[in-house]
Amino acid sequence: MQIYLPIAEVSVNAFLLLGLGGIVGVLSGMFGVGGGFLMTPLLFIIGIPPAVAVATEANQIVASSFSGVLAHLKRKTVDLRMGTVLLVGGLIGAALGVVVFNYLKAQGQVDLLVKLCYVVFLGVIGGLMFIESLNAIRKTKSGKAPARKKHNWIHGLPFKMRFRVSGLYISVIPPVLVGISVGILAAIMGVGGGFIMVPAMIYLLGMPTKVVVGTSLFQIIFVTAFTTLLHATTNFTVDIVLAVLLLVGGVIGAQIGTRIGVKMKAEQLRILLALMVLVVCGKLALDLLLMPAELYSIGAAGH
Amino acid sequence: MRYLAAFLIFILTLPALAEEVVLGLSKDTVSIDTSFDGSEILIFGAVKREAPIPAEPRLQVIVTVSGPSEEVVVRRKEKRLGIWVNTDAVEVDRAPSFYAVSTSTLLGLSLTDTEDLRHRVSIPRAIRSVGAPDTIEDATKFTDALIRIKSKANQYQLNEGTISIDEQTLFRTAIKLPAALTEGDYKTRIFLTRGGNVISKYETSIYVRKVGLERWLFKLSRENALIYGLMSLAIAISAGWLASAVFRIFRA
Repeated sequence: MQIYLPIAEVSVNAFLLLGLGGIVGVLSGMFGVGGGFLMTPLLFIIGIPPAVAVATEANQIVASSFSGVLAHLKRKTVDLRMGTVLLVGGLIGAALGVVVFNYLKAQGQVDLLVKLCYVVFLGVIGGLMFIESLNAIRKTKSGKAPARKKHNWIHGLPFKMRFRVSGLYISVIPPVLVGISVGILAAIMGVGGGFIMVPAMIYLLGMPTKVVVGTSLFQIIFVTAFTTLLHATTNFTVDIVLAVLLLVGGVIGAQIGTRIGVKMKAEQLRILLALMVLVVCGKLALDLLLMPAELYSIGAAGH
Repeated sequence: MRYLAAFLIFILTLPALAEEVVLGLSKDTVSIDTSFDGSEILIFGAVKREAPIPAEPRLQVIVTVSGPSEEVVVRRKEKRLGIWVNTDAVEVDRAPSFYAVSTSTLLGLSLTDTEDLRHRVSIPRAIRSVGAPDTIEDATKFTDALIRIKSKANQYQLNEGTISIDEQTLFRTAIKLPAALTEGDYKTRIFLTRGGNVISKYETSIYVRKVGLERWLFKLSRENALIYGLMSLAIAISAGWLASAVFRIFRA
């Protein structure tokens, strides 16, 4: 069934969009990532103009994250306190990110920088997570108890706060900094930032994996809602029809994904996320390295 | 057929002047609704004349349909430090979002180069590019690329020999509009040529409009962007909540 999208001004297959939304929704619920880093490139491929894809994707992530958070709230696996601290940083970062984005746009090459950002971040994060979770799986198999978390420099910082759900007593500075950097990247790359946030929470803040997913989703809702409004009011690129089609699939997928995620072991969850991140990274890297079939591209004029 | 009959009566009652076009369209408005998946417009007409039909050279007809023009940038990738990067860019001052040329025979036979230049009929002539920087020597490659990419998407069409002419008087053709269509007035021109020279020209417009929900959403997104944005968020949040509620019922 073909459907004409009023803002994107293209006609696409409605079932294709529902299916895409569903698959990305499952992943979103399982891993606590918004799925934007998967969906945005997929939308480019089916012919949605990039500006519309990025803005609409933000809106869809709001829906799937909200659906996911509700499921996590019932399970009490959301650290609202930590989420709020991260969010404060995230909003500051998003505002900074828009400034950085506009600066890069004035220099040209914004596409390339966004893609390089993706390749570098996805590659590094995916690689580290993969190795770490592989080691964790090996350790549990050999029967050794996992090493207790060591106290590091993070625990020496001031403004300590107790995060009961995560079982942490740490300074608010690292979470705010994590929030800011994720916010910046989110605005530049047009994603919720979950794939950066999740590993940062696990490895930098030492939060338990089960809590990380819900908390990440919680703060993604607000950052992407902010981004959606920004795009809708400045660039007029949010396509509500596209968003509805994606989110109908997405919210259902997120519910299924959350249930799958609960049944799986933390290490397995992490290794799967790592593999997925690496695959997307590889695809984007190939795009940069291989000679494209069409060397020329058409863009809207703008200075 | 109904159109055709009414139209023939119309032209027969007109006082004949010279060799001139009288035109009909199957529809002069294309409505883009939610299920829009491209459209086809039938363009038909007749040649009105007072003198007997000149035997030679034969009459040829050219029809062009052109969408709203826009300024675009064509970029070229080059390998730098191992990766493919956009390097050179050429601005095209005016490129129609849609452009179709239909002819009764090969375009080169229906129209001389001078006439093409004057009326901007062929696809390369319909595009205007003056802004190529001095550093780029092969600027024509950029406009070629624009035409190639747009042609692949069916947005630029050269349909040679698709106009049928009966008795050098009646002609008709069909123009296929692709699904990815932008709103605007689509300028439609009909040229009558003999020996490559334009002997008559006729212009009209086809109106492409979003209707119903499409129109309402598009207007809202431009005129009340904040409300539109908030509405998008409200829909997203309620859909998220609904899915979660439905699943809870399922499990209970």
